[in-house]
Amino acid sequence: MTKKIATRDAYGQELVRLGAENKDVVVLDADLSKSTKTHDFMKNFPERFFNMGIAEANMMATAAGLAATGKIPFASTFAMFATGRAFEQIRNSICYPKLNVKIAATHAGVTVGEDGGSHQSIEDIAIMRALPGMTVFVPADAVETAAAIRAAAEIQGPVYIRLGRSGVPVIHGEDFKFTPGEAVTLREGSDVALIATGIMVSAALEAAEKLAEEGIQAMVLDVHTIKPLDIFAVVEAARQCGAVVTAEEHSIIGGLGSAVAETLSEHFPVPLQRVGVRDTFGESGKPAELLEYFGLTAANIIEAAKKVMAKNK
Amino acid sequence: MGQRIQELQERAKAIRRHIVTMLGESGSGHPGGSLSAADIVSVLYFDTMKVDPDQPDWQARDRFVLSKGHAAPVLYAALAEKGFFSKEELMTLRKLGSRLQGHPDMKKLPGVEMSTGSLGQGLSAAIGMAMGLRLDGGEQRVYTLLGDGEVQEGQIWEAAMAAGHFKLDNLTAFLDYNNLQIDGPVDVVMNVAPLNDKWRAFGWHVIEIDGHDIEQILKALEEAKATKGKPTMIIAKTIKGKGVSFMENQVGWHGNAPKPDQVEQALKDLA
Repeated sequence: MTKKIATRDAYGQELVRLGAENKDVVVLDADLSKSTKTHDFMKNFPERFFNMGIAEANMMATAAGLAATGKIPFASTFAMFATGRAFEQIRNSICYPKLNVKIAATHAGVTVGEDGGSHQSIEDIAIMRALPGMTVFVPADAVETAAAIRAAAEIQGPVYIRLGRSGVPVIHGEDFKFTPGEAVTLREGSDVALIATGIMVSAALEAAEKLAEEGIQAMVLDVHTIKPLDIFAVVEAARQCGAVVTAEEHSIIGGLGSAVAETLSEHFPVPLQRVGVRDTFGESGKPAELLEYFGLTAANIIEAAKKVMAKNK
Repeated sequence: MGQRIQELQERAKAIRRHIVTMLGESGSGHPGGSLSAADIVSVLYFDTMKVDPDQPDWQARDRFVLSKGHAAPVLYAALAEKGFFSKEELMTLRKLGSRLQGHPDMKKLPGVEMSTGSLGQGLSAAIGMAMGLRLDGGEQRVYTLLGDGEVQEGQIWEAAMAAGHFKLDNLTAFLDYNNLQIDGPVDVVMNVAPLNDKWRAFGWHVIEIDGHDIEQILKALEEAKATKGKPTMIIAKTIKGKGVSFMENQVGWHGNAPKPDQVEQALKDLA
């Protein structure tokens, strides 16, 4: 059994390490520090932690002000409230002046679970991707999360980091190298390219293994940076395989699937199938049940792979 | 004192003349709320704040955030008057390629500390600056200017709560209380009164003044500086369009630029 760690846990731990090394790192939270895991930072560096209360709009613009004085603020809350409630503050107070704010959004996607549709953010990638100058990271596991947090602190400008609530398998080894904007080829293949992000990367790996048993060689590409998208890797995957499946725990509208579709139709059109939430809101349930219900499993990826390969014949 | 006040009055008048001229040239923009804030901005830039036009990013400088960003002309006029850029450049206001955007853009123009214009966000940014500067143990102070219509935004009260909670005594806000917003009198559109009690309840030190009386502005700023453990809100009663006879207290001059003959008349009023 592979070890499972929630990316939000990895965020909390890396934040403490980062805080110890860099005195400019400050953290803001909106009364969710126990859930977003920023409370470890608060315990270690209380003077650099600001609980802003249940007031996300003010938190984001305050983070902008801190950045204007040379701080590196990590503003944390649930993905729903970060990108939904405070969208315009992120747009006008953070992105428009290109301020050095990192938005760490936890509890993204349907795997937030029982809290239901009101709390399941499946539009956040689309919203953040539309903002000029915004870097969008969607880490696949704990190792990738730690690397993404570190990279975010080094980038000059706004960064959105999408994190999850539930435990996900650790897929990367200790030697993993994270380069912003560079997709990671986890498995070579020539029949179909599985381009995945976030928690769907492990599902794509599982799908590729099962497809191999049937003699289908699937390439698996881990896209941890949705923006800027690794156009070269996406086009190269399409060129090598001739068919592409995207997989994300997000709406098929505006997220990874859209980004890949836009890129391929401009540069190298091949048949494409998108695995994601199909223009609907979420609902209450256990994370595993929800992934099944919304068609976000390895089986769904296998089905999409076969469908897209058939189109190519 | 008398000479200092007279000098600041002259600066305010020069700022008002720039406002009228630049708006006449651009053909669009917001004269009413720029003119009402001219005395406050004059005192901040020519008496109170430590800023250096030769080093706009000087670490030890005080910060000013124009939360009511549509009053950009008053800020641009003060910055040009202070020497951050040439007065001729004021004539590029709102034109394609200009550093003087319709609302302040910190990435384009030296001296602008925060990009603003979307109402309700500037106070929060000023709070972040005050927190950041205090964290570094600096002596710098942060000033911000809000509109009276602007405080209808919910975020303002989130920010009011936070500034009180964090006891930000290095933060001073002005509320330009001219009682007119786009759709009419503030108390008719959405009454914000009583403002003194509201800010006080959020943990602020509140001072009420005539926002066109230089001496009162100076005194209020000294009182704010001496106030420990709380941020200060200076509620400044003002007249929208102040100084231009046909603009004073006219709601129509919120977002309309004067025509050439009106510019001429306005400059006569401000002679």
